[in-house]
Amino acid sequence: MNADFTAEELEFQKEVQDFLKAEFPQDIKHKVDNGIKLEKDDFVRWQKILYKKGWVAPNWPEEYGGTGWSPTQKYIFALEMGLYGAMEPVAFGVKMVAPVIYSYGNEEQKKRFLPDILQSNVWWCQGYSEPNAGSDLASLKTTAVREGDHYIVNGTKTWNTLGQYADWIFCLVRTDNTVKKQEGISFLLIDMKTPGIKLSPIVLLDGEPEVNEVHFDNVKVPVENLVGEENKGWTYAKVLLTHERTNIAQVPNSKLKLQKLRKLAASTPDGFGGTLLDNPVFIKKLAEAEIQVQALEFAELRTLAAVSVGKAPGPESSILKIVGTEATQFIDELYMEVAAYHSLPHVPEQFTEGFDGEHVGNGSLAASANTYFNNRKKSIYGGSNEIQKNIISKAVLGL
Amino acid sequence: MDFSYSDEQQMLQDSVQKFVKGQYDFDTRKKLIESDRGFSEDYWNLFAELGWLTVPFNEEDGGFGGSAVDLMVVMEEFGKGMVVEPFLATAVLSGGLISELGNEAQKQALLGAIMEGKLQLATAYAEADSRYNLASVATTASKSADGYVLSGDKVVVFNGPAADKLLVVARTSGDKFDRDGISVFIVDADAAGVSARAYTAVDGHRAAELHLNDVKVPADALLGAEGKALPALERVVDRVTLAVSAEAVGALACLLQKTVEYAKTRKQFGVAIGTFQALQHRMADMFVECELARSIVIMAAMKLDSSATAADKTKAVAAAKSRVGRAMRLVGQEAVQIHGGIAVTDELDVGHYFKRVTTIEHLFGDTDYQTMRYAAL
Ligand SMILES: Cc1cc2nc3c(=O)[nH]c(=O)nc-3n(C[C@H](O)[C@H](O)[C@H](O)COP(=O)(O)OP(=O)(O)OC[C@H]3O[C@@H](n4cnc5c(N)ncnc54)[C@H](O)[C@@H]3O)c2cc1C
Ligand SMILES: Cc1cc2nc3c(=O)[nH]c(=O)nc-3n(C[C@H](O)[C@H](O)[C@H](O)COP(=O)(O)OP(=O)(O)OC[C@H]3O[C@@H](n4cnc5c(N)ncnc54)[C@H](O)[C@@H]3O)c2cc1C
Repeated sequence: MNADFTAEELEFQKEVQDFLKAEFPQDIKHKVDNGIKLEKDDFVRWQKILYKKGWVAPNWPEEYGGTGWSPTQKYIFALEMGLYGAMEPVAFGVKMVAPVIYSYGNEEQKKRFLPDILQSNVWWCQGYSEPNAGSDLASLKTTAVREGDHYIVNGTKTWNTLGQYADWIFCLVRTDNTVKKQEGISFLLIDMKTPGIKLSPIVLLDGEPEVNEVHFDNVKVPVENLVGEENKGWTYAKVLLTHERTNIAQVPNSKLKLQKLRKLAASTPDGFGGTLLDNPVFIKKLAEAEIQVQALEFAELRTLAAVSVGKAPGPESSILKIVGTEATQFIDELYMEVAAYHSLPHVPEQFTEGFDGEHVGNGSLAASANTYFNNRKKSIYGGSNEIQKNIISKAVLGL
Repeated sequence: MDFSYSDEQQMLQDSVQKFVKGQYDFDTRKKLIESDRGFSEDYWNLFAELGWLTVPFNEEDGGFGGSAVDLMVVMEEFGKGMVVEPFLATAVLSGGLISELGNEAQKQALLGAIMEGKLQLATAYAEADSRYNLASVATTASKSADGYVLSGDKVVVFNGPAADKLLVVARTSGDKFDRDGISVFIVDADAAGVSARAYTAVDGHRAAELHLNDVKVPADALLGAEGKALPALERVVDRVTLAVSAEAVGALACLLQKTVEYAKTRKQFGVAIGTFQALQHRMADMFVECELARSIVIMAAMKLDSSATAADKTKAVAAAKSRVGRAMRLVGQEAVQIHGGIAVTDELDVGHYFKRVTTIEHLFGDTDYQTMRYAAL
């Protein structure tokens, strides 16, 4: 056992740091540091820079554009990105649909879709959930009926994150009604511009239309957009979900938030002449959060070390999903506690680019209530934390 | 021991309950929040007509009696409807200060108008770095030939945007944290030198940041003895703290009820999600928290109405806010989690109850603050 970095790894770390300093756009860094809302273009611009460096998809096999890094290098990269505040590439393309395409798609599909994902030419979104198929995803009812060279898709997907930006959606659709529910599902790629697709935005607790309902009304999808075999979609979907869950742990992001929080606490008056870092109750909680993230980090490292390139993680990903989201949510609570009443004003426009009015509240802390509300989603999506515990109970503990 | 309401209290509860059920559904509230004023002038007049605005005041001042239990009864029902009319800011907090500190002339001029629904007030006490310490006051009031001149900045002044008059807590002497030297002034909202940045808070209530730039007030704007206002401010804020704790009890009861109902109807895996024991136990925990929250608020209200010492009363309020704070976090989070995705949307009332209780958690001393205050007493 050895947790030290080798000389080469240290060199790599330096390379990543230098790259971020030189290449992460200043204006985006300014937004991130000040909690200003990021636009689609910010993500795309940054991902294209990563692409030019060849670093957009460390987890992909090298033949499709992966980096060929060791687990340690991947860890270093993710950590440095997180600590610098550089966004990870939007997960739907790089981390979700791409692994399904390179694992189960045909050559034609790999050629057609993977390069555009790498180059951020196409924005993907996820069409799994339906109003009545949330935790029980396999009960989904959106149908795809084969008619000649096309499938005709009908139904409603929901909770579709950032679909308003998306060019393509990957969908789970029902292609067979006569078999066990898991056995009649297929994995279909659909161009969002196809006639018959309509989006209705859903506003979340922070006032942002982050998700959508997506209605499919006789949408014609060419059969060549089917990934893998018809009715085998559930297998592919589950693989994708384990990728999604691991991605939710967000250790580097939590570390950065904790660093910032410690600084903020050191400059936040406790109301009695000291700062919050003089408050024993608060520092105990802060320490607990740091310890939680350390334990999580090492759980993640052990998982990563066990997973070889391109392979999906196993049920351990449930641990990362549960603890990762709990850590994020606990840190959100601490931010709100530091902010006290300064997080109560709801003035979202002051966190948009170009706002020049009077700022209400206390700098970026003023957004902490809305962040707290919004991040309650994390223990719900990606398979709720209850579902993760069911998975552990069954698949790990044999109950 | 008797935990039953008097006939009058029962009638009060029935009438507020009837109003909330009949006239304050979620859509009505949503429209009010989005309106210019942020609440309903008609409802405010109705509150006056029905006598609810007299509840915080004692009989000498022309009120209903001013008992903490009465206040609890009203606030709990308001909590169920997430009522946004500024009852707390105008009647309980500002009215409470006038009642505690005002001379006959001031009471005469203001209390009747509050109870008749003709006067909106807001109390400006918190500052950017005062956190929950009421004695931390940097805003100054210096004596002038014919009165005082006020300067400083105040934050989260609830009902600030609608207030006709402001009660401004300012320092007439002493250093920032001194208990002595704190005074309260009645200031016209449109007085020269007062500027307000109005906003809607995350829970839909209206508030403002206030800037006081050499605001001149006459000598009779002073409420109570110069420099001696802190104990009264603390007593009034304790009452307000009890009131929001009672409001939270009402809101939490709704969260529990809505969650249980939803769990009985929402089906996944072919069965109601309420059949999963993993969720049942958590709803049982919510129920336990709700009952403990209600119990400790009743304890604190009874204590405030008793002949207990000032320190015991404060300790009871601290205990109540601390325990209710814990309940707000647990019940609020669990209600959202058990509902799933639908609860993080703006469409469903559950998220709005969650936001209101979270707001209450961070007002008038958060859970850790109140726990430590209790420990220190
Ligand atoms: C902000 C947000 C973004 C999302 N983005 C996307 C997206 O881009 N694409 C997409 O396809 N989906 C997305 N989702 C959907 C998400 O995956 C679902 O919300 C999630 O699967 C839960 O489903 P549900 O909301 O219908 O809750 P339900 O399944 O109705 O669950 C309600 C409650 O019951 C519990 N429960 C359910 N079954 C069990 C059981 N067997 N045992 C114990 N407890 C159980 C759940 O844990 C939860 O607490 C998003 C959701 C949110 C909130
Ligand atoms: C110190 C002590 C003193 C006692 N004194 C007495 C006494 O004076 N007289 C007497 O008659 N008995 C007595 N008992 C027995 C006591 O009532 C039983 O221990 C108790 O009912 C639990 O039964 P069990 O130990 O067989 O555990 P089990 O019933 O086997 O339970 C094991 C675990 O499963 C859980 N569990 C069981 N059913 C469910 C369910 N449906 N849902 C969720 N979880 C479940 C339990 O909560 C427990 O955690 C005593 C026990 C102890 C430890």
